[in-house]
Amino acid sequence: MRALKDTWTMTRRSLRHIVRSPDTIITVLLSPIALLLMFVYVLGGALGHQTGSIKYVDFITPGIIIMTVISGIAYAAFRLNTDIQKGIINRFRTMPVAPSSILSGQALSSTLSNLFSSLLVLAVAFVIGFRTSAGLVEWLLFAGLVALFTLATTWMAIFFGLRAKSAEGAGSFSYILMLLIFISPSFVPTASLTPFLRGFAENQPFTPIIETMRSLLITGTPGNKVWLALVWSVGILVIMYGLAIWQYNRKTFVTNS
Amino acid sequence: MESAITVCELRKAYKENAVLTGVDFTVESGTIFALLGSNGAGKTTIINILTTLTKADAGNATVGGFDVAQSPNKVRQHISLTGQFAAVDDILTARENLKLIGDLRHVSNSVQTAADLLKKFNLTVAADRRATTFSGGMRRRLDIAMSLIGSPSIIFLDEPTNGLDPEARHDTWQMIRELAKNGTTVFLTTQYLEEADELADTIAVLHQGKIIAKGTANELKKLVPSGLVKFTFYDEKQLETAIGALEDDFEITERDDLSLTVATGGSTTQIAGLFIRLRDAKLEPTDFSQQIPTLDDVFFKLTSNKEEEK
Repeated sequence: MRALKDTWTMTRRSLRHIVRSPDTIITVLLSPIALLLMFVYVLGGALGHQTGSIKYVDFITPGIIIMTVISGIAYAAFRLNTDIQKGIINRFRTMPVAPSSILSGQALSSTLSNLFSSLLVLAVAFVIGFRTSAGLVEWLLFAGLVALFTLATTWMAIFFGLRAKSAEGAGSFSYILMLLIFISPSFVPTASLTPFLRGFAENQPFTPIIETMRSLLITGTPGNKVWLALVWSVGILVIMYGLAIWQYNRKTFVTNS
Repeated sequence: MESAITVCELRKAYKENAVLTGVDFTVESGTIFALLGSNGAGKTTIINILTTLTKADAGNATVGGFDVAQSPNKVRQHISLTGQFAAVDDILTARENLKLIGDLRHVSNSVQTAADLLKKFNLTVAADRRATTFSGGMRRRLDIAMSLIGSPSIIFLDEPTNGLDPEARHDTWQMIRELAKNGTTVFLTTQYLEEADELADTIAVLHQGKIIAKGTANELKKLVPSGLVKFTFYDEKQLETAIGALEDDFEITERDDLSLTVATGGSTTQIAGLFIRLRDAKLEPTDFSQQIPTLDDVFFKLTSNKEEEK
């Protein structure tokens, strides 16, 4: 009970941080929206032929949403590391508050804010022609999958945020995740890739997640990758949660102000 | 009186670098204890161990009756830490900062607690401004106010006046005195002897990972010669004559170009004897003053003794 209440207190604090730095929300949204526009209007003419009967904007929207999430969680790592540098985490650590509450506050606020960002990106996609046959149930499943993916990758962000030596470097792990988005069926079908990249793209964790999202939106069914998508997401969540708590308990945080 | 903190044979090394090499002390409940040491002496390491932030390599420590390594959660119920740099949340207002800590400490009415502390710490006017706009002194006040929520019985202050202007420093001293008056045990670290002298009931001097002296400010001052009198003479010849007249009965502790510092026992009879001896030698110093030993003298004497032992 106490831990739940503390988690909620921490989540509220972290949400305040997010709401009060609108510039970070804009920065998070800027690159996925710019890429969405560029892919649709600049590269869409060339790449659009490869997606067959599927409209190119419909094809890439799931990948753009994953990209929004990845650029959002980088800020979760940044916020956490800033708290460490300023000695705020040490203040919490000397209080009778569970480590899981301190970190879960960051995880929940990041998930909520990224769902919001995803919604804004979806709105832009709608404006430029994105359409779906998904009904309420599919949308809920879609939102659930995005939330689960965000939660899992946020715990990864927390782990790296705890490890980083500076707030500026805390988000750099996300570049590797960005690369994973490009070497996946996000923007072009994997069939068009070289055999080596294709083997990687078809078996990396983001692929079943993106394909399930796409399937839900385009065909209105979860598709055959949904279990794999769930296994990857839950797997990343469990491992990263464990690593983050371990890192938190083992580290003495040095502040530099 | 029971002990709020006991530390026994505490050791800590970071990689090859030994920071604490066997530290012992106790802090009585309701007193102000100052840990005095220069930069890098290991003060923050001791605070980190006592506040459960880091584990010692060897030795043991209890805070509020609980072992810091065995029951850190019990210890956390009794303490609060005000770190070297004010750990306030810049993005929140002063009121929100206080309410946050109140909620985490599960006080019954965190809104009221916040309002009371804002008033007590003279922050009401700035209550709804973000902490990032605060001056150093205001941040420190907010920081200490946050530490008081939930009435911890032992408060740790790591260099509480570091970087503050003289006025803010005196305000902070006043706050610390009031805390102790209300029965809170205060453990503070400082590199300023003046601060330890001003505040602490007991002082321990930490040097190269060991406590090299402890006691009250007065006890420590007794470690250096007291009753020092400094004379200045008109010329070197007079100075030489004076040395000749005094050196048999008095210890001459220092000699400059034209001045001479002489140790007496501190009593008026002894000091009078000094002047009589000078009058008998027909010497008239141009100036004289009594030198009161400061903690600085103690500190330098103790640390230079340690160097010599090496």
